[in-house]
Amino acid sequence: MTAIPLGVPRRLVEFTIDGQEARVPEGSTILDACRAAGKDVPTLCEGDTLRPKNACRVCVVEVEGSRTLVPACSRKAEPGMEVRTGTERARHSRKIVLELLASSVDLSTTAQVAGWIKEYKAKPDRFGPDAARLGEEPKVDNELYVRDYDKCILCYKCVDACGDQWQNTFAISVAGRGFDARIAVEHDAPLTDSACVYCGNCIEVCPTGALSFKSEFDMRAAGTWDETKQTETTTVCAYCGVGCNLTLHVQDNEIVKVTSPHDNPVTHGNLCIKGRFGYQHVQNRD
Amino acid sequence: MRKRQPKTYTRLTHPLIRDSRDEPFRQASWEEALDRAARGLARNRGAFGMFSCARATNEMNYVAQKFARVVMGTNNVDSCNRTCHAPSVAGLSAAFGSGGGTSSYEEIEHTDVIVMWGSNARFAHPIFFQHVLKGIRNGARMYAVDPRRTSTAEWAESWMGLNVGTDIPMAHAIGREIIHAGLTNEAFIERATSGFEEYKALVEPWTLSLAEKVTGVPAAAIRELAHAYARAERAQLCWTLGITEHHNGTDNVRALINLSLLTGHVGRYGSGLQPLRGQNNVQGGGDMGAIPNRLPGFQDILDPDTRMKFESAWNTVIQPHYGLNLTQMFEAMEEGELKAVYCIGENPAQSEADSEQAVRRMRQLDFLVVQDIFLTKTAELAHVVLPATAGWAETDGTTTNSERRVQRVRRAVTPPGEAREDIDIICELAARLGHEWKYADAQAVWNELRSVSPDHYGMTYERLEQYQGIQWPCPSTEQLEPTYLHGRLWEADPARRGLPAPFGIVQHDPPVDLTDEEYPIRLTTGRRLDSYNTGVQSGSFASPLRRGEYVELCPEDAERYGVVVGEEVRVTSRRGSVVAPVWVDPALRPGLAFMTMHFPDEVDTNQLTIEANCPIAGTAEFKASAIRIEKLPVATIVR
Amino acid sequence: MDLHFGDSKPTDDERAAVDALLGPPESSWEGAARDEMRAADLRWARGGRAARDRRDLLLPGLHAINDRIGWISEGALDYLCRRLTVPPAEAYGVATFYAMFSVKPRPATVLHVCTDLACATAGASELCAGIEARLGLGSGVSVERSPCLGLCERAPAALAIKAGDPVRTAVSAPATVHGAVLAASAPDAAPQEPPAAMAVPQAGDPSLTLLRRVGVVDPASLDDYRAHGGYTALRRAFELGPAGVIREVTDSGLVGRGGAAFPTGRKWQATASQPDHPHYLVCNADESEPGTFKDRVIMEGDPYALVEAMTIAAYATGAHKGYLYLRGEYPRALRRLEHAIAQARARGLLGDDVLGQGYAFDIEIRRGAGAYICGEETALFNSIEGYRGEPRSKPPFPVEKGLFGKPTVENNVETLVNVLPVLTMGAPAYAAIGTAKSTGPKLFCVSGSVARPGIYELPFGATLGELLELAGVRERLRAVLLGGAAGGFVRPEETDIPLTFEGTREAGTTLGSGVVMAFDDTVPLPRLLLRIAEFFRDESCGQCVPCRVGTVRQEEALHRIVDRTGAAAADDIALLREVGRAMRDASICGLGQTAWNAVESAIDRLGAYE
Repeated sequence: MTAIPLGVPRRLVEFTIDGQEARVPEGSTILDACRAAGKDVPTLCEGDTLRPKNACRVCVVEVEGSRTLVPACSRKAEPGMEVRTGTERARHSRKIVLELLASSVDLSTTAQVAGWIKEYKAKPDRFGPDAARLGEEPKVDNELYVRDYDKCILCYKCVDACGDQWQNTFAISVAGRGFDARIAVEHDAPLTDSACVYCGNCIEVCPTGALSFKSEFDMRAAGTWDETKQTETTTVCAYCGVGCNLTLHVQDNEIVKVTSPHDNPVTHGNLCIKGRFGYQHVQNRD
Repeated sequence: MRKRQPKTYTRLTHPLIRDSRDEPFRQASWEEALDRAARGLARNRGAFGMFSCARATNEMNYVAQKFARVVMGTNNVDSCNRTCHAPSVAGLSAAFGSGGGTSSYEEIEHTDVIVMWGSNARFAHPIFFQHVLKGIRNGARMYAVDPRRTSTAEWAESWMGLNVGTDIPMAHAIGREIIHAGLTNEAFIERATSGFEEYKALVEPWTLSLAEKVTGVPAAAIRELAHAYARAERAQLCWTLGITEHHNGTDNVRALINLSLLTGHVGRYGSGLQPLRGQNNVQGGGDMGAIPNRLPGFQDILDPDTRMKFESAWNTVIQPHYGLNLTQMFEAMEEGELKAVYCIGENPAQSEADSEQAVRRMRQLDFLVVQDIFLTKTAELAHVVLPATAGWAETDGTTTNSERRVQRVRRAVTPPGEAREDIDIICELAARLGHEWKYADAQAVWNELRSVSPDHYGMTYERLEQYQGIQWPCPSTEQLEPTYLHGRLWEADPARRGLPAPFGIVQHDPPVDLTDEEYPIRLTTGRRLDSYNTGVQSGSFASPLRRGEYVELCPEDAERYGVVVGEEVRVTSRRGSVVAPVWVDPALRPGLAFMTMHFPDEVDTNQLTIEANCPIAGTAEFKASAIRIEKLPVATIVR
Repeated sequence: MDLHFGDSKPTDDERAAVDALLGPPESSWEGAARDEMRAADLRWARGGRAARDRRDLLLPGLHAINDRIGWISEGALDYLCRRLTVPPAEAYGVATFYAMFSVKPRPATVLHVCTDLACATAGASELCAGIEARLGLGSGVSVERSPCLGLCERAPAALAIKAGDPVRTAVSAPATVHGAVLAASAPDAAPQEPPAAMAVPQAGDPSLTLLRRVGVVDPASLDDYRAHGGYTALRRAFELGPAGVIREVTDSGLVGRGGAAFPTGRKWQATASQPDHPHYLVCNADESEPGTFKDRVIMEGDPYALVEAMTIAAYATGAHKGYLYLRGEYPRALRRLEHAIAQARARGLLGDDVLGQGYAFDIEIRRGAGAYICGEETALFNSIEGYRGEPRSKPPFPVEKGLFGKPTVENNVETLVNVLPVLTMGAPAYAAIGTAKSTGPKLFCVSGSVARPGIYELPFGATLGELLELAGVRERLRAVLLGGAAGGFVRPEETDIPLTFEGTREAGTTLGSGVVMAFDDTVPLPRLLLRIAEFFRDESCGQCVPCRVGTVRQEEALHRIVDRTGAAAADDIALLREVGRAMRDASICGLGQTAWNAVESAIDRLGAYE
């Protein structure tokens, strides 16, 4: 008879962060350890439900003996490692990464980034008025969500959520290469001709607002989007027996978007089209 | 492609009453409507039935069944679980004494073999299927048994496209092959089951070649599944309505359970049986006693001790016999024995098989009160309509999912107009009928339920919050039970092992609605990804995937009838006839057509389906009708 | 998998191209016609793991279509995806990653004209203009400006690829407008390429070790190879056993020749000792560093040496399958190696029972498709596996989790062929060649302003001056680029730099892949730097921000100062330094980390913009 697997007991790894002793379970990342120690390391492409992609490189730290900086989000803590999070070298790279992103992408709806730009004294304007930008127009090809790739930092989170890590629909991929790399469906077709099943799990993980609910997009355009007036209430979806937890974002007694708790044992932050978008019927009030 | 918005429903904001059968509704005050409803119910005491709601909270279902049993003195209470998973509950309780799925979602991520039988979970239960996909990514092999090669089946190592309604031959042949290959779990059979010899004799005729003849699936494929399932160290057997929506749905379920008993794939971590529930609280509705044969906590009405406990808790007398189930209640309407119905949040006028007949029967009622958030087709038949709240977004309480996890639902938005919470409305009616119930809030209802249901006792609202839901059984407020049921079957001590699980001795019985020259096509039904049931809720959002109702044919049949995508055809069964446009789906094979019930206002599919019911569970054979397709004289292409 | 396909259908040619690679489809679900013959498909479909495990055939499939048709249509891509159970969006992401593929219609013939460093200094831009004037719209030829084609000894170079069955190729180098147009319009009629030995000025010199057979043996003849000492090293390997081979390689001091100079013996030992199986051997023949062509010359001139060396490496590390990842722009090397592998297989030197020793090993060639980044070892794994050629994060290192997530030893062509003399000479004799820290012979790719460009073999420790003299360096030398685009410039007077890993490091530069490119003062340095910056911008995979955007900002700044000096350039030089430092420190892989090297060295060492 099979016992309930409790998981292999994990050893503790001892190392130092900024000279202080740190002990974390084996397999933890430097970022995990930093967060446990209350240290703020900026992150953009890291996602709590996704495997680290370490594409943005804004979380880089110095590790003694390493030729280059290492990404805190993906590098596992090793015994005896000496990690320094706030060195001039690490801060320089973070500053440049922020400048490179802010000079090429619209970060206006990326959480926290304005604070980091200030903290790291980043000056995205220094590349001049002719610095290449993505220059994409928002793609509005369906009534449920909008893809505004001018805001895309290419963190791969939507691709990973749509792909083998969660949804396994593979409607989107990174296409092209280098600065021309873009998130695209096959043959750069509109979403409505793609494999997309409109689960919105890509929106759930998008850190920049490049992917957003049409409701949010329209309200922002109308200037009525106001997160300070919104409540978030977690309840259970009514569309089948699986029992997905929905967090309803409500403004002025209207549901304006739906998310799901990332640590929920049923959903892990994922929903289907019905749970994510099928709320309109309760507010057909006239 | 046609991208239509189906009929959208607007929220009810005021009570409506009808002064006589022929008059239209008029707006009424709550006082007037409730008084009218109370009078209508009072005069039909003894001929009353309660349709509770598998989509409302546990708390509401608890109060609704209590209303039926205490206020109206009847066990005639049921809900739409009858139309879907009642056979699963019946089959599982017959085998194990408890009607829930035996495993948890997380376990399927760590199993070795997954069998998806009659389940297109990719569409119908997408987030459960994500757990299946995790399992597949972790190395599990998935097998799909389904007449159609669905999106779910496309993930399978092996898909077996059996004839509709031949699940028992398939299961028996698998059982026989497991026995003949010496792959049974003898120790488990010996200690934890009964009736093996009889089962062995039962399946003996079902050779692989006979099964191939009956099911249409190659013998090699059946053999492969038998061996994969039996040899797996852990295996999960999952099913949905493809198994239950048959005239012998409970027998189908028993046939599948037999396979788990043969191999010991039940009662262990990662090995189990998983019926996937169609409604958010179809599990909880039954758990709360909103079914005719069980009291809250799935406790048997026929057990005198149980009755006594509830009689003293509720200060009432409980009828010592089972009530009528939904199907029987409809039959009793026909007979004139059921004259008043209190229908909460259900739409039987469109969801029942042979919907014309259901509507006719409800018209015969002396009194129908409907409590809903929309003026549904059923509500249109009512004498009194009471505007309620949406259980999942406008009320507090709990629901129970397919893995028996009780989770909190919370009020996020204020209901429109004068709409009121279900529990308040029921209590108002109870008060008018002489029972003053005082519940401060949903939590008070829940705590009353906890006091009478040992399986729920340990689930305080605080703990439900803390653990993001708790699975039953949870008898203790201090600890949690394993994620799977029936671990007892593996106990060495016979006393702790309890009753052995009996093999189900069930015979193959083909679908009632036979295909013949006149009705040559087998119509089966199911769900699409972006729509839900009769579409009353899901019709309101602008799904880019939605294309309305179609009759789906395989490319060969479309060619044979000379019809193209979008062309309207007449679809006729022995019961009714509808016009629907054609869709061509290569997942089908010649002689097999597919429709949904999502757009009854466009194409009322249930005019075609047959009301041939499972005698044990009462579920109708939605999955198997015989139809013919006729090209219309003047081709109309819907685009 | 529940894949979504559009309405586009493949043409008969496209279908035939895919089926030629994969065989006919096994069921209607995989794309076979749905008729009575396939009725059983509607009752039973296989799929799952076996279907999903064919992803690594995606790149060969894309090649098959591109080779036959010249571009990859929606219908063709969908059909390939159906055959391989690959989501079309992902396949599209892969197809658009590679420069040699097009997902838009284009003429059947593509003429790649190299505009990289060596060719640029040999007049590539005039050549391009001349060709484009002749081959305009409607000519049936698409002219594409290309990064280094690895034909630097014959600069300027052009490579014509004419789609069809079979695909035809022709090289024109040194290219004239007439020669290139002829190659493109009638590849079969174009003159034969000169033999590989033409790229080896020392050919025939008996003191050569690595190049001794180039120009001496018939590269098509296994017998000739064996007559010249071929397969004695493998015999010796079987005598030594795997552990003995690793000991010899370790003791020889052999380090990787791809640029990173990692000790080969240690890499092999680390792979061999991994408990996870199977182990894989990968030969990195994706030689794409501008100015590098040594691997091509070995593969074209002495292909069996690579086959033998791979067999030894696989034997030592416990691998039974080897992948040879070959640059897509090397058609002749492809033909030679395909032939050599087939011959070796026919003679029992590959297969289930190599040399009758009971050891099984075989080699599969995978072609790159125009992506410099795939020379990065982990990007190469992704490319073979059918994913975008994006580098992976390390650790875990390939020796632990490499190709298909299994322990993998990956070596460059030159490194592998060094194993042959290690075994035939013995480690001590091999280690006696060169210096204490850089042992053995080394190949150098000399091009640019020299009289005798080509591949030179010298023992480690020879100086830059000695090499340049051997190659006949011309007057008015302005700068020497060591290590290619990822390397660094040195001044003409720095001729006494010892050409060893440690010597170049001490001199503040790098040996890299052995590129030595000489530039005289007729070439404006800022233009060269701009070309290097363009190269990195084009070749960045786009995965990490420092490289994806940093290479663009670097190029923009170099554009701004292309005609400026002194104070007028100072701000942008400061900007370049800051961005360059972040690229070096924070990029995922060597591409971004080295993208600023050459520019930095030109500023600091050569005083560009002063």
